[in-house]
Parts: sequence; C-alpha cells; structure tokens
Amino acid sequence: MKRRWNFSLWAGFLLVVLGLVSYVTFFVRFPITRDFPWANLLLFFTGAVLLGKGLIQSFRQPELYRGKILGSILAAVSLAGIGFFSYGLFYLVRQLPSSAAAPRLGQKAPDFTLSDQNGKPVTLAELLASPSAGTAGARANGVLLIFYRGYW
Amino acid sequence: MVAISVDAPEVTRQHCQKLGFTYTFLSDPNAEVIRRYDLLHQGGGPKGADIARPAEFLIDSTGTIRWINLTDSVTVRARPEQVLKAFDDLKPAAPSGA
Repeated sequence: MKRRWNFSLWAGFLLVVLGLVSYVTFFVRFPITRDFPWANLLLFFTGAVLLGKGLIQSFRQPELYRGKILGSILAAVSLAGIGFFSYGLFYLVRQLPSSAAAPRLGQKAPDFTLSDQNGKPVTLAELLASPSAGTAGARANGVLLIFYRGYW
Repeated sequence: MVAISVDAPEVTRQHCQKLGFTYTFLSDPNAEVIRRYDLLHQGGGPKGADIARPAEFLIDSTGTIRWINLTDSVTVRARPEQVLKAFDDLKPAAPSGA
C-alpha cells in the first residue's frame, strides 16, 4: 500500500517559515504587530501544532504516513528558526544602553549646533525660536527631537 | 519636528528625498550631541558602528524638556498619537472649541 503524503508536516513547516519572514517583510510596518510580534507567534504556534500532528502520524502510523525522517528534520529546523526569532526579538532588540545621564523632564535641553540635510548649521536655540521652521502647521510652540539609529 | 542621526548630511538628504520627508534632519556624524544626551549605543549600528539609541524629546519654547520617550526595545517607538498628545499637553489649558 502506498503511504499517504503527510500534509500536516509541510503545512506546519510552511507556517513557521511564513512566521519567520513575515515580521521583517510585513508586520514590522504596523505598530500593533511590531511592538509585540503576536501575529508571528500565532503563526509559529499554529505551525508547531500542525508539525506535531504530522510527526505523531508519522511515528504512530508509519504504515499509513510518510515523514519520520523528513518530519523530524522539518521540526528541528522550525524549532531552531523560532529560537533564533525569539532571541532576536525578545533579547537582541532590548540591548540598549541605559542612558542614565540623559536629560530629564523639566531640565533645560542642552543646546547644540548640527548640519541639516542641506549642510546648513542649525542650533537648537534657532529651532526653539521658530518651531514652525521644521514643519508646516506645528501644533504648539515646541520642538520634537527624534534621535534615529540611522538609515540603512 | 527635528530628526538627528549619525549619518552624513548627504546620506540624510538622499534618505529624505527617497521617503519624501520635508522636516529638518540633522547630522551628528561624531555623535557629539548624541553623547551629550547620553544616547550613544556603542556598536549598535551596522558593522559595529556607534549610533544613537531611539529616543524622543519634546522641548517647549523656553527650552525645557516636557516629554521624553526612551524605549527599551529597538522595535518599539513612540506612536503618532502619543506624540500628538504630548504636544497637546504643552499648551496651557486653551479654551476648547476655539
């Protein structure tokens, strides 16, 4: 008797792969799926359940289902992928300096002079004097300083 | 709204053109201001470059810091509505409906 193709194994593996690639390519664009990667965790969970189901079928009914060896490999690769994802998203991205000496609420912001994108020197004092220079229709007399990691 | 990063003005200009940003982008290639604000993330950039950690400061017209957002994760940033609320809170209780 020809053994059946083990659908659950492949579906589970594909979901895990989708969970791995979809964060950077898609979910990172929306704050609600970026701040906490619940959509990806859901994909991982569903994928893991299907992989588990497939593996149980392969090992309990090897006469009926294929995939004992391949299924084990897919499961191991999936587990490594999920581990890598978790390490990156729950550990690496949180390795930020404490910035204990950063200016605090109520303090005066330290002044500075830096070049803008056209090479023109700009001071904080100038920006404060004309907050609307930075952006049209400023909502209030204030300057929002945004420190970026950079553009790459 | 003013952005600061360690990128050179040329890199920043291209970035702004590409994304259509019109507000002021400042360059701090030696991370002097970033250091002064204690926001240096050593080796945090590509190829171990020193960069700024993500951070936002709202400064009122007297130069006083009125709102700070120091995220503890690179993937979590201030949301637009948080920033707009911080701006609203700057205003002394203005009569509503004006």
